[in-house]
Amino acid sequence: MPEPLLSLTALDAHYGDFQALFGVDMAIEEGEVIAIIGANGAGKTTLMRSISGLLTNAPEQIKYRGQAIGALRADQVAHLGLALVPEGRQLFPSLSVEENLLLGGKTGRTGPWSLQTVCDLFPILQERRAQASTSLSGGQQQMVAIGRALMSNPDLILFDEISLGLAPVIIKSIYEALPGIIGQGTTAVIVEQDISKALSVSSRVYCLQEGRVSLTGRVEDITRDQITAAYFGVAA
Amino acid sequence: MIEWVNAVVQGILLGGLYALFAAGLSLIFGVMRLVNIAHGDLIILAAYLGLTTTTMLGVHPFVALLIVVPAMAGIGYVIQRGLLNQTLGPDILPPLLVTFGLSVILQNALLEGYTADPQKLSGGVIETASVNVGGMALGVLPLLTFGIAVAVIAGLQWMFYSTALGRGFRAVSDNQDIAQLMGLNKAHVFGLAMALALAVTAIAGILLGIRTSFDPSIGGGRLIFGFEAVIIGGLGNLWGTLAGGVILGVAQTIGAKIDPGWQVLAGHIAFLVVLAVRPNGLFPRVSH
Repeated sequence: MPEPLLSLTALDAHYGDFQALFGVDMAIEEGEVIAIIGANGAGKTTLMRSISGLLTNAPEQIKYRGQAIGALRADQVAHLGLALVPEGRQLFPSLSVEENLLLGGKTGRTGPWSLQTVCDLFPILQERRAQASTSLSGGQQQMVAIGRALMSNPDLILFDEISLGLAPVIIKSIYEALPGIIGQGTTAVIVEQDISKALSVSSRVYCLQEGRVSLTGRVEDITRDQITAAYFGVAA
Repeated sequence: MIEWVNAVVQGILLGGLYALFAAGLSLIFGVMRLVNIAHGDLIILAAYLGLTTTTMLGVHPFVALLIVVPAMAGIGYVIQRGLLNQTLGPDILPPLLVTFGLSVILQNALLEGYTADPQKLSGGVIETASVNVGGMALGVLPLLTFGIAVAVIAGLQWMFYSTALGRGFRAVSDNQDIAQLMGLNKAHVFGLAMALALAVTAIAGILLGIRTSFDPSIGGGRLIFGFEAVIIGGLGNLWGTLAGGVILGVAQTIGAKIDPGWQVLAGHIAFLVVLAVRPNGLFPRVSH
C-alpha cells in the first residue's frame, strides 16, 4: 500500500491546559475528497489549525508525503503545498481583492492556478479585483478566500466551514465550483457542520466528537443513524 | 511681518526632519504594533556611525550614508530577529520594557565609546549656504532635509501600497496567522520592517548630525518629537506623519519667535491641543 498523502498518528492538541484533540488517527490518499463533520466544539477547527501549522504539535504526529511536519511553522507547511481556507474567510482588510489573491501566490508554487484561472472560476472577482476585500458580500468574500488558497497551487486544500453564515443559494454556487477545483487533481478536506452538503461531494468521512474520531468510513457504507450517533454522542 | 512668515517657513522645513524621526516609528508600529522606546537612541547611534565613517574615511556625511544606511538596516534586522520578535505577543508590555532597556544600553554604550562630548558632522559649505526666496534667506540644508523627507515618505508610501513587500507588510499587520498560512514568515517580515525603519533612521541621524551638535543623551528628546509627529498626524498614515512633523516644527519656531525659551514648550502645547481636540490625530488611517 502506498504511503498516504497526509497521515495523522495519535494527534493531540492543546490550548494551554485545555486539550482539544485526543489521539486522532487519519489517513488521506492522494486525490481523495474527505469530509470531516462534527458538532460545535468537536475539534474540527483545531484539527485544521494543527495540520496547517498554526498550532504546533509533535513532529511525527502529522506526516505529509512521509515528511514529519507536526512541528513546522505555517509558512513552511504552506510551501510544501498545503493550503487552508480558514473559517470565517479572514481576508486581509487592507488589501484589495486582487492583492488578497496575489498574496495567496506568495509561495511561488507553480501549477494550474493563476490570477487568470481563479478569475475564470469566479468571474465576479475579475470585476471586483480593485475593490477593498471588505466591500464584497459574504459569498464573494468566500470566493476570494478559496481563490487565495488556490493561488498557492496546493496539492492538499483544507476547507474550514466554507458554508458558515452564507445564504443557501450562495452555498449551492460555491459547492458547484468545487468539482472544478478537485478535478485538477487536488486532494481536499472539507470540514462542515452541514453534513449533507459535505457528504454530497466526498468519498470518505470522519466524524469528530469531543476531540476524538467517533466514526469513519466510506460515505456510501454509512447510515444516517450511525452519523447521528457519532455526531451527537447518543446511542442509536 | 516677514519675520513671522520666515518663522513659519523655517518651521515647515524643520518639520521635515521631525517627519524623518517619526517615519520609522510609524512604520514599525503599523506593521507589528511595536512601540520602540529606543528609536531616539538609534537615531543618535546613526549619527555616531556617521561620525566614525566621516572621520575614518574622510568623506562627506552624505557619502557616509552609503555605509550608515545599510549598517543600520542590518542592525535593525538582527535586533528584530534576535531580540524583539521574542517579546511580541498579546501583551504589549514586554516590547515596551525591552526597548526601554535597549535605550539605556545604547546610551551607555555610546557614552563609553564616544564620551559625553558634543559632536557634530561637518557638512561643509552646505551648512551655511542659503537661497533668497521673496526676501527670506532659506538655508540649503533645511530645504534639502525637507526635500529628502518628502522623498522618503513618498518612497515608503509607494513601497507600502505598490510592491509585493508592502503587500506582505499590510497582510501581516492585518492578521499574522493568516499571513503565515499564505507562506509569509512573520519573523522575517518583522525583521525587514525594522531594517527599513532603521534605514530611514540612518538618514534622519545623519541630517540631525549635520544640522546640530549631538551627544549620547539626546535620543530621548528626538523620540518625543518623533512620537508627537506620529500622533499629531494620525497613526498609520505616512503623509499624516509628515504633516504632524510640519505642525510640530511650525509650533516650535513660532514659540521660539515669541520667546527663545518657548521653542520646545510650544511644540508640546501644540501636540496636547491636537490630542485634546482630535485624540486619533488629524489624519488617522488605522481604525482598529
